[in-house]
Amino acid sequence: MRWSWIDIITQVERGKSLVAVKNVSMAEDVLHDHFPAQVGPGGESLDPAPVMPASLLIEGMAQTAGLLVGYTGDFEEKVILGKIVKATFEREVTPGQTVRFEAHLERMDPSGANTTGTITVLDHKTGERHHVANVELIFSHIDQNMAGTEFPEENFVFTDNFRSLLRAAGMI
Amino acid sequence: MDRDQIYAKVTEVLVEALGVDEDEVSPSATLTGDLGAESIDFLDIVFRLEKTFGIKIDQGELFPDNVAQNPDYVENGKVTDKGIAELKTKLPHADFSRLEADPAVENVGEIFTVEAIVKFVQKKLG
Repeated sequence: MRWSWIDIITQVERGKSLVAVKNVSMAEDVLHDHFPAQVGPGGESLDPAPVMPASLLIEGMAQTAGLLVGYTGDFEEKVILGKIVKATFEREVTPGQTVRFEAHLERMDPSGANTTGTITVLDHKTGERHHVANVELIFSHIDQNMAGTEFPEENFVFTDNFRSLLRAAGMI
Repeated sequence: MDRDQIYAKVTEVLVEALGVDEDEVSPSATLTGDLGAESIDFLDIVFRLEKTFGIKIDQGELFPDNVAQNPDYVENGKVTDKGIAELKTKLPHADFSRLEADPAVENVGEIFTVEAIVKFVQKKLG
């Protein structure tokens, strides 16, 4: 399994913003555990209720925003998610919907960066787009913040997992 | 902006960044020991102070980088006299009383009190 929670980068502006999209599919194992069929309080059987976990939507935003931070720094730094400053959700995401992650770079310096982001969803049944969440994140450039700790020379953050996305978007 | 206004805004920053209650924040409270700040929180606090006060804080200007790993500052797990003297020069806003009483390297975080941040912002605002 690839730890990739975005499918495509659709827009990018270095130092400012990046937009990525993910299609949520019933083929994703996680949806079968979140939530499986259950027995109701009266003993009746309840259908499965597959919902995209909010934690993985935050991961999708972290990948979106992390790529923006990395791209802005020419992928010279190892960009690691340091802190979820705030994440507020107001809607669930279900299979068959398309999630849009829009990340904005608020500040970046040698030690790290902070980003704000909006998650929206396109409901193909109605053609409507809805607001799902706001997510604020802080990234650390770990080589700058953990001196004395040795990390591999190569950039293990932006691996092949992401490079195909970046190539498809013309970013590398 | 006077000292009390700065203190009130610094308190807001710390409440937001560290998830602490307002009444836990006092001038002598230390960021790591009393308010539970971890290393990444220092980055968060710097970002928030910049935004709140419209100032620019360079890396290492408010919080020093990697004191524990610096052989010029630390010997046998203790911050040396030379180390403390240099930190004082670089960080005149910090409160060194607890570190001087016990210079163990894990006490470096104790120099960052709420009052130290208020003083730092005061100086930055001129």
